[in-house]
Amino acid sequence: MDHMIQLISIFSAAMAVSFGAIGPALGEGRAVAAAMDAIARQPESAGTVSRTLFVGLAMIETMAIYALVVALLVLFANPFVK
Amino acid sequence: MNHSPLETKVLYHIGSIAITEPVIITWAIIALLVTFAMLVTRRLSTIPSKTQTVLELFVGAIDGQIRGTMQVEPGPYRALIGTIFIFILLANWSSLIPGIEPPTAHLETDAALAAIVFCATIFYGIRTRGLGGYLKTFAEPTWIMIPLNIIEQITRTFSLIVRLFGNIMSGVFIGAIVLSLAGLFVPIPFMALDLLTGAIQAYIFTVLAMVFIGAAVADGPQESAATPNGK
Repeated sequence: MDHMIQLISIFSAAMAVSFGAIGPALGEGRAVAAAMDAIARQPESAGTVSRTLFVGLAMIETMAIYALVVALLVLFANPFVK
Repeated sequence: MNHSPLETKVLYHIGSIAITEPVIITWAIIALLVTFAMLVTRRLSTIPSKTQTVLELFVGAIDGQIRGTMQVEPGPYRALIGTIFIFILLANWSSLIPGIEPPTAHLETDAALAAIVFCATIFYGIRTRGLGGYLKTFAEPTWIMIPLNIIEQITRTFSLIVRLFGNIMSGVFIGAIVLSLAGLFVPIPFMALDLLTGAIQAYIFTVLAMVFIGAAVADGPQESAATPNGK
């Protein structure tokens, strides 16, 4: 029984990270594309755009990190595994 | 995969209080910062020395960030915001010293930092608007938003904790995994990426702290309506 729970935990941790990374990846791609577009149109605003881009990217990336934290909780702090 | 990233190593006990590894590193960083600050600011002059010029440049940069993000004079916030930034940056980069794990890679340190921001938000909010004025901001734009605003206060603190913890811890974790897979020089690019992530996360934590405090002390709608740009 315990083995079964561990098996499912490992599988679900992998699923959490792999599917949790899809959304942030698409979002980051769109954000970078939009920033490139903005810099190409207005090169003089490159400083502000890239600073805002970094902050925004880290915000989007946080969603993937949340999935990673959930996966680690499932792996290391699973309440159903003794 | 030798140990769980959610556990901390206990080094020794003072009485019944366990002193863990991140606590020691945090103390070391605090001692370093305090000693450095005291040594450098002991002899300040109107004609600055080289060190003082660098220091003034740094303080000026922090002031500029506070002005740009919070739209207020940086005076009362400089100490808190600057200390948060320098501390997190040093903590994230402390992994440069071999054998030291950054204290921000453990949930407890991040929780303490986020708790400081949480309390500072309330403190500055009450100091600027008064107790009644601060409590009234929870009822903006209408009283229906009161539960949502209270939940937001808590969830954004939690997201501050998990964001910093997740980013730094994942860096340490990936470094350990890569080191166990491949030899000596392969982890170096990952560590370089770690330094970048550490700096950006320190900046983001600070910016978010500024945004939260700035939202708590921002002028009410009736005052901003008086400014020419207010709609």
